[in-house]
Amino acid sequence: MKRAEAIKTVLTVLSDELVVHANGLICRESFVINDRPQNFYMIGSMGLAASIGLGIAVSKPERKIVVFDGDGNVLMNMGTLAQIGTLCPENFYHFVFDNEVYGSTGNQPTLTNVIELEKVARASGYIKTYRAINSGELRVIAEECLKIKGPVFILVKVNTEYDKKIERVSHAPEEIKKRFMAVI
Amino acid sequence: MIYNASSFIYLLKQQGINFFSGVPCSILTGIIRELIDDDSVTYVSSTREDEAVGIASGAYMAGKSPVVLMQNSGLGNSLNVLTSLSLIYKIPCLMLVSWRGYKGKDAPEHLIAGDISEKILRVAGIPFFVLEKENIENVIMSAMKLMKEKSIPVVILIKNGVLG
Ligand SMILES: Cc1ncc(C[n+]2csc(CCOP(=O)(O)OP(=O)(O)O)c2C)c(N)n1
Ligand SMILES: [Mg+2]
Repeated sequence: MKRAEAIKTVLTVLSDELVVHANGLICRESFVINDRPQNFYMIGSMGLAASIGLGIAVSKPERKIVVFDGDGNVLMNMGTLAQIGTLCPENFYHFVFDNEVYGSTGNQPTLTNVIELEKVARASGYIKTYRAINSGELRVIAEECLKIKGPVFILVKVNTEYDKKIERVSHAPEEIKKRFMAVI
Repeated sequence: MIYNASSFIYLLKQQGINFFSGVPCSILTGIIRELIDDDSVTYVSSTREDEAVGIASGAYMAGKSPVVLMQNSGLGNSLNVLTSLSLIYKIPCLMLVSWRGYKGKDAPEHLIAGDISEKILRVAGIPFFVLEKENIENVIMSAMKLMKEKSIPVVILIKNGVLG
């Protein structure tokens, strides 16, 4: 499955959950598919989407926080998995779109053709982990996992195909923040 | 008035601070010990300084008033998050940064970082204050005011021994 298809599948299942996006194409694809005010597009600070999500999750226990992460992003800040697993916020749902490459910078291999990140998450204390390899499976998992208490980790295997002409997030960073804060 | 860790935290709480994240430094031991024991605030420990800024940024967007604690050696670790998250999205936090290597008197690993800490902050465009025993209330008030006005991170550099 393409990453865009995977993102679309999860977005279809969501209602008003907050979604923090990893940088690069993940932001851009999600922006094009459905530009929700509940989307925080982290266009810089690679690796920190889950950390930002954690800060929100512990501060707003009544809201569900979803993170759309990438394999390269997770590898850059793997300590945050331990932090999330240990603090164990019930409202934390961590989707990782794993194409086994730094897709946004030209498909240089990461390490996830060997390292199974959901095992790292499990060892770090996440309550439940899943692995999805097609969109049908992903849809069922997304529906199920949002009903249980987290932190939950969903590894989504995707391929490297994407629309080469995809646009950038057109909102200025401050604007992204303002409209996100207005719906928290 | 002479401040210790406990009265210093009280001062911060009076200013509305209610969320802390950070990586320990020996200069900050007293403050962090108090925070862990204090049920009226959230203290989220962190594995890296940039992660702490990320966590604090999430907390800010969710309505908290956050502080980040770190050693000045962690400023380097934080440059990317400060420039590509905090400054461009205008996400404030009060950063309490311990100043190892001040005036060249410290272990070798702290000397260069101690020498360039102020320069790093100036180059990055992060305002900072240096805490002294005599100016604690003033510095906290001024730093909080500037942070709110500009909606960006503001650093308070803390030398060893300033918080008695
Ligand atoms: C600190 C830092 N290093 C490098 C980059 C360049 N960069 C932008 S996106 C990206 C790849 C992200 O990889 P991944 O999380 O796997 O997402 P994918 O693009 O594969 O969907 C890289 C290396 C950056 N933005 N910041
Ligand atoms: Mg990738």
